[in-house]
Amino acid sequence: MLLQLKQVSLSFAGNTVLHEVDFGVAAGRIHSLIGPNGAGKTSMFNVITGFYRPQQGDITLDGEQIVKRKPHAVTRLGIARTFQNVRLFREMSVLENVMAGQHCRSRAGALAAILRLPSQRAEERRILETSLECLDFVGLMGHQDRLATNLAYGHQRRVEIARALATEPKLLLLDEPAAGLNSGEKQALIELIRRIRDERGVAVLLIEHDMSLVMNVSERISVLDHGSLITEGDPHSVQNDPKVIEAYLGQDDEELAL
Amino acid sequence: MDKHSPPTPTDVDEHDSGRAKPRNPLQKLYAAFESPGRRRALHLTILAILIVTPWISSQYTTVILTNALLYVVLCLGLNIVVGYAGLLDLGYAAFFAVGAYTVGILTQQFGVNFWAAIPFALMAAALAGVIIGGPTLRLRSDYLAIVTLGFGEIVRFTARNLEITGGASGLSHIPEPSLFGWHIDSSIDFYYVFVVLAVLAYVASQRLFDSRLGRAWLYVRHDEDAAEAMGINRVATKLAAYVTGAIFGAIGGIFFSVNLGAISPESFSFQQSVLILLAVVLGGMGKIPGVILGAFIVVLGPELLRDFGTLRLLIFAVLLLLIMLFRPSGIWPEKRS
Repeated sequence: MLLQLKQVSLSFAGNTVLHEVDFGVAAGRIHSLIGPNGAGKTSMFNVITGFYRPQQGDITLDGEQIVKRKPHAVTRLGIARTFQNVRLFREMSVLENVMAGQHCRSRAGALAAILRLPSQRAEERRILETSLECLDFVGLMGHQDRLATNLAYGHQRRVEIARALATEPKLLLLDEPAAGLNSGEKQALIELIRRIRDERGVAVLLIEHDMSLVMNVSERISVLDHGSLITEGDPHSVQNDPKVIEAYLGQDDEELAL
Repeated sequence: MDKHSPPTPTDVDEHDSGRAKPRNPLQKLYAAFESPGRRRALHLTILAILIVTPWISSQYTTVILTNALLYVVLCLGLNIVVGYAGLLDLGYAAFFAVGAYTVGILTQQFGVNFWAAIPFALMAAALAGVIIGGPTLRLRSDYLAIVTLGFGEIVRFTARNLEITGGASGLSHIPEPSLFGWHIDSSIDFYYVFVVLAVLAYVASQRLFDSRLGRAWLYVRHDEDAAEAMGINRVATKLAAYVTGAIFGAIGGIFFSVNLGAISPESFSFQQSVLILLAVVLGGMGKIPGVILGAFIVVLGPELLRDFGTLRLLIFAVLLLLIMLFRPSGIWPEKRS
């Protein structure tokens, strides 16, 4: 397993958000995390990426401990993420946004920058090239000098993915990447997710409410309900699992359409 | 990064305005100097004016301009902290004081060579940056402002009450430095020293802005969580802004002390911190040419209004209020809109 959670529990002021979750993502796998609203999916992302600290449990990436590491250190280890509501850096260009991802793979400090040392210039060139390559990968070449927040919403989501890819991750966490996309954009997103895995060898873990997209793209699905993992398996078996159908009862029609 | 891609027919964005048309005269002026060649010509012209000025103007003007150039250095330093990293610092004069006092004490009381004293002053300022930054950078901006204000006052009161800093009367007879046999003592000499410092501060600011660290400051300012998620250590990044700003301030202080030959705690008052901050906000936080303009306005403004006698500070204050009312994000235009 690339990512492994063991007996992870998280609570806020006595409210249990995650309860003894055992969960794993294999290397090179496209894995989905689904569940009704409030099941704890985003909280799980925040635990994995170091934004929340679980009260108990163990999280490892490639055998390295993640719990107790700050978010930036987790990213450095190889986990990148996008946010549920797009969080691009405002007033900055698309390219500058993507370059943020390269920060943890470079090291020049203030003095090197002021003196423009050859090593610093080479590093800046590499940051630029990698960032452009990531932009090209998500299909946004030509948009690099525009203000990120001026792009269409679907493009902003792609910038966020490019920015995450620029951190050179082993595992990419996508938090509702299809939210707010039209059907054409959703189809393109499915292809992009596949290419991220196939061409870059990056494992993808996604939270998504769009069931047709989840069933289409995932090789494995885990279902979270009230902070507990209720089942896990391939799309077909999850689709027909009575526990899953029960968990979703009372949800709106779109989510019921498993 | 100045080039903008032309909108292609396949663009689906409705609300994308592309590159904004220059609207006001300053924006037009800015747009006119966007090409590297013209920008270089502008730099050389400004440099030539700076070099020639003391030969065609009075000594009084030279002294005032020297002070303006000192403010350029200080303002560019504070701009890194406030403008780039978005950390409101109301005690910036403290770093200015640390630089000035370290050199003053080492040269005047211990007979250390001026140039040998500089590294110690820079280290002291960096240390001061870490001391104030380390425990406070987790605070949000308004709390940070109060703590930095307190820090500024602590430094001033310490200087006022220690024997080694000369108490309330400060240090005097700080020896003037020499450089390869050039005894730097006249007001013109010091004017040129400050021209060099201001140019270096400008180049350093520009290079930092175009670097990985400069971008990191902006990322952290815009969205701390997203920056952390991108692998940026926000505490270390903010600390780097503090220390870099502190070093700019100390360099200003080091040469301020040998220029005047005497320093006292009152040179580093809260008012001083406010004046530097005022210049940065007035010119436009994070915009280097704007900040330089702000420094000149803050120093030259009251001088140009001297004919109005006692009314001059009132007039100056009203002018500043009007500017902030009509251009709340500073005089200098936005690069992009």
